[in-house]
Amino acid sequence: MSTHLSIPHGKTVQLGVDRPMRLDCGVDLGPFTLAYETYGTLNADRSNAVLICHALTGDQYVASPNPVTGKPGWWSDLIGPGKIVDTERYFVICSNVLGGCMGSSGPYEVNPETGQPWGVTFPVITIGDMVRAQALLVDHLGIDTLFAVIGGSMGGMQVLEWCHSYPQRVFCAVPVATSYRHSAQNIAFHEVGRQAVMADPDWHNGDYHRHGTRPERGLAVARMAAHITYLSEPALQRKFGRRLQDRQSVTYGFDADFQVESYLRYQGSAFVDRFDANSYLYITRAMDYFDLAGANGGVLAHAFRGTATRFCVVSFSSDWLFTTAESRAIVHALNANAANVSFVEVQSDKGHDAFLLDEPEFHQTLTGFLRSAAEQRGLPRGPVSAAV
Amino acid sequence: MNTTTHAGLRIDLQLIADLVEPKSRVLDVGCGEGLLLSYLQDFRQVDGRGIELSMSGVREAVGQGLSVIQGDADTDLAAYPPDSFDYVILSKTLQATRNPRGVLENLLRIGRRAIVSFPNFGYWRNRLHLGLRGRMPVTSALSYQWYETPNIHFCTIRDFVVLSQDLGLVIETAFALDGAGHRRDWDVTGDWANLMGADAVFLLRRA
Repeated sequence: MSTHLSIPHGKTVQLGVDRPMRLDCGVDLGPFTLAYETYGTLNADRSNAVLICHALTGDQYVASPNPVTGKPGWWSDLIGPGKIVDTERYFVICSNVLGGCMGSSGPYEVNPETGQPWGVTFPVITIGDMVRAQALLVDHLGIDTLFAVIGGSMGGMQVLEWCHSYPQRVFCAVPVATSYRHSAQNIAFHEVGRQAVMADPDWHNGDYHRHGTRPERGLAVARMAAHITYLSEPALQRKFGRRLQDRQSVTYGFDADFQVESYLRYQGSAFVDRFDANSYLYITRAMDYFDLAGANGGVLAHAFRGTATRFCVVSFSSDWLFTTAESRAIVHALNANAANVSFVEVQSDKGHDAFLLDEPEFHQTLTGFLRSAAEQRGLPRGPVSAAV
Repeated sequence: MNTTTHAGLRIDLQLIADLVEPKSRVLDVGCGEGLLLSYLQDFRQVDGRGIELSMSGVREAVGQGLSVIQGDADTDLAAYPPDSFDYVILSKTLQATRNPRGVLENLLRIGRRAIVSFPNFGYWRNRLHLGLRGRMPVTSALSYQWYETPNIHFCTIRDFVVLSQDLGLVIETAFALDGAGHRRDWDVTGDWANLMGADAVFLLRRA
């Protein structure tokens, strides 16, 4: 179908083959596919695996070029040979989330029963479902305990869910720029995005594949609105101010007079080239439904009862989407369990996006935390091959 | 008081470290960059945690691999359950808290023992400043002017002894440090220690 994005698949695995996976919504899903990438080598003890969880619009290409955009892996500053998450030392796994559109089962993929894309007939998924699917992948890879689970934003939600659902399987955890529950404001922003998609006539009630269309305008608007929430007022001011786009004066019209408008339009149009609109609906919904406190009788501390995992919680000072206060609530809940936790608020004016950017304080923190955790875990310092 | 021991630890921190049983669970409240914590981990094999107000201190400590959170004694102790630690250490921080009494109660709720050190406002040099010059003390140990000091709740050694008694705490060990930072085994409940002690260190437990 010409309207279908052409996405080359890397590694994929069929899961839930013998027994379907029960989703939170009650539907049994299986068999289903997870697309994933791995970097580095699993050691003989199978003790050096690091799971990276991606954010809302991320994917499994965390440390290698994205085949759709050709851009470097989204956390390649952090992950790679000799880097902070050293792929000569760790076996790094990153999967496209359930419901994603980079090869994992989701609304964008074909329903094997009908031969048609799932569209909005795909069952609504949750962060818990994503994590259960990842756990099946980790089983498939023959790994019992992950050395580390690391993720930012929605990836951080998955990190927390891992620590809640599989505490024995996570040696250390790094939830970054995230929350234990999606706030009312964040749900509100997501709703704006979804309404933009659904208001696009090309959405066709989610059945756009059949109509040979794509709700590009709606999805672009959703992305533009969301993108503002990833930045900060000072960052926008510094980057754009009121500067005009390729013109000397305002045009008294509705063209992109201002650089910030032009920038947002570019962000919107670049996004629709790589992301599926229905997938956007599903994944934003999964984030909205996430509430680790609510799932534990309203007491977040109960989510981490008896945890032996070592935590490093990181927030960014100018992040108003996932604020430091929310990270602090996670820290207090962990303290209530006398858990082993570090917490750093990184000073940055780059807003929520800071977690993806070159932030030396964040990188220094992660370096020290992982070094210490690896010592505790008894991982050798050198490359895997040298250790065997 | 910049003197250090052979392990590179400030003398007052070394004296605190000497009170900690090996392999215990320790929370250092106001741990700074984690000097004491890393010493305790390396030389006492403790399971150590820290709380530090300054972000630069926290980043430095976590970057070294210590488990430290950004927070403060007034607000962040309440979340911990009782008996979480064998020792909770509050080193030269009590005088900077908003509610020292509440903090002390919390220290001995979450820790089976607490080690508290503080500058003695009854030290003769401080009395000299106040009594003879009529000025708030500004000394090498208390180096702030009154309008900029973070130290908002000074006490004397005797004040602290009285508060400990009011809270029903048992003083297991206590000693004063002289102006040179050396441990002196004067009776801490006596006048002499309250006059000659520049600092004091208390090891407390619940009755």
